[in-house]
Amino acid sequence: MAKKKDLDMMSSSAKVKLGASDIIVRGIGYFVTTLYSLACIFPFLVILGSSFSSESYLNLHGVQLIPGEFSTEAYHAVVKSGLIWRSYIVTILITVTGTVIGLSLIAMTGYALQRKDFPFRNGISFYIYFTSLFSAGLAPYYLIMTQVYKLKDSYLAILLPLLMSPWLVILMKNFVKSIPHEITESGKIDGAGDMKIFTALILPMLKPALATIGLFLALGYWNEWYQSSLFLSSRVDVKPLQYMLYETVNKTDALKNTVAGQYVVITDIPSNTVKMATAMLATGPIVLLYPFVQKYFISGITVGAVKG
Amino acid sequence: MSKGSVVAAEAPAGRKLGFFEKVRKYRTLIFMCLPTCLFFFFFSYVPLPGIWVAFVKYNYQKGIFGSRFVGLQNFEFMVESGKLWSLTRNTILYNLAFIILGNLFAVFMAILLNEIRSKAFKKVSQTMMFLPYFISHVLIGVLVFNFLNYDTGFVNTLLTKWGFERWQPYANASCWPAILIFIYLWQQSGYNSVVYFAAIMGIDGEVIEASRVDGANAFQKIRYIILPSLRPTIVILLLFALGGIVRGNFGLFYNIIGTNSLLYETTDIIETFVYRASVTDFNFSTASAVGFYQSLIGFAIVMTVNFIVKKIEPDYSLF
Repeated sequence: MAKKKDLDMMSSSAKVKLGASDIIVRGIGYFVTTLYSLACIFPFLVILGSSFSSESYLNLHGVQLIPGEFSTEAYHAVVKSGLIWRSYIVTILITVTGTVIGLSLIAMTGYALQRKDFPFRNGISFYIYFTSLFSAGLAPYYLIMTQVYKLKDSYLAILLPLLMSPWLVILMKNFVKSIPHEITESGKIDGAGDMKIFTALILPMLKPALATIGLFLALGYWNEWYQSSLFLSSRVDVKPLQYMLYETVNKTDALKNTVAGQYVVITDIPSNTVKMATAMLATGPIVLLYPFVQKYFISGITVGAVKG
Repeated sequence: MSKGSVVAAEAPAGRKLGFFEKVRKYRTLIFMCLPTCLFFFFFSYVPLPGIWVAFVKYNYQKGIFGSRFVGLQNFEFMVESGKLWSLTRNTILYNLAFIILGNLFAVFMAILLNEIRSKAFKKVSQTMMFLPYFISHVLIGVLVFNFLNYDTGFVNTLLTKWGFERWQPYANASCWPAILIFIYLWQQSGYNSVVYFAAIMGIDGEVIEASRVDGANAFQKIRYIILPSLRPTIVILLLFALGGIVRGNFGLFYNIIGTNSLLYETTDIIETFVYRASVTDFNFSTASAVGFYQSLIGFAIVMTVNFIVKKIEPDYSLF
């Protein structure tokens, strides 16, 4: 609130007198901001435009913002194969399950670790934090996941590792810190147990924190391709969305690597427009949703930034 | 402190609780941390002894601890071939560029955003700036490929239209540092500027008001009020970023470069090498040796950075 007041004050004072330097700086501000904002969405628009081009036009004239021959053929092909819908279902299930479980665990931990009377809080905090300081690295992790936990070709290999991260636990702790300790005490005086205090008194106050951390978790699951690339082989038919996109795009790796003119002919390569259409369909929901959750995202960065 | 009174009321005066009494008393809070502790145990601590694979010649049948011990042979090979050095150099140089240019540009954008008076304009432009951060690295790879490829890429389409010769970045290693830094700035600056923007919003409005009354112009306001008040944030963020200087941005590099070996010389970082060594070549011993080397250096750097932060700004130290 205080910040908002400052802003209003500054803008109201600005109206009073506006020197030449103010006008210059402000002009640069509007100009550069506009330029950078457009640059951020421009590549996206180009691919969106080209995905509506006919394949033959695209191959002849190249990628352009406005498609020369309008065609929805690529989208028909993607939708008709049906693969993308199954990927959607898998991704949505994993995202929802993982976010709900991860968020509950992180919230409980964040609260317990912020309780000043909890004697193990420093020990457990360090135990969690240490994992971000020193890790075994990919090779041991891969071997343990596949040979000890037997998670090869299991969706659990995607769901479980993304449930939480030290950074998200610390972020939750920072949010909980702003809740006065008196709330917990008043609960205790009323004779409530720790769990009851947490669910009835603390959780409702943590709504912004839950939204923020839930957003980061959901984004992590939605954009997941890394664990999939490690653990899901061709034996798994339905891949999570981003990894399905990854496979679709990289089916032409050979083509991507060749120097111009030397095509390597592989049958069953998705056409360029099909790849673009798949990319747009796999990204669509995020692009439509994120403007609405942006404010939680901003609070997450500012609360978690410095002690992250 | 109020918390003391609660503890005093519940525990018998003058006697400290023993370990098991504490466990009993705080069993609910322990229970609340338990799943999290198990998570980190299984996914972060259990793999740690697996680092042993860096010191053996890994044999799939015999497993990590049954394979033949070879001492530092896996490390020696990496050092002697010069590969370890080139991976370290690439990783550190990219990160230095990302950190320095990334923060400079983020501060620049935050200051300019602060000059925007129209709320609607600010909101719309910020929304647009976040887009690259919300999309997956896979999509970024798709965007980059469709802009830069030789046959149909957007850039080459324009070059041809304007009568220039086509450009072939996917066969030319030397241009990738500039391209990757550009893409990093494009993707991250909207996100990075938020912290600085919040810090600017936190500046006392009266200070700026007073400077105005004293006749400071807009440039002087930025130079003498905004930049100095951003200094602690800049220093802390820079230092912590330096703590991660041997950790690469795997998703970005792998989705853009992939397995295009023509470009490895300038684009192969520790993460991409370890990934290929494990997943493509099944050479777990080499991968683990490089990974262990990275973890050790990273750990040493974080400890050093934390030591420095503790000296200059104790409130911000990590532990």
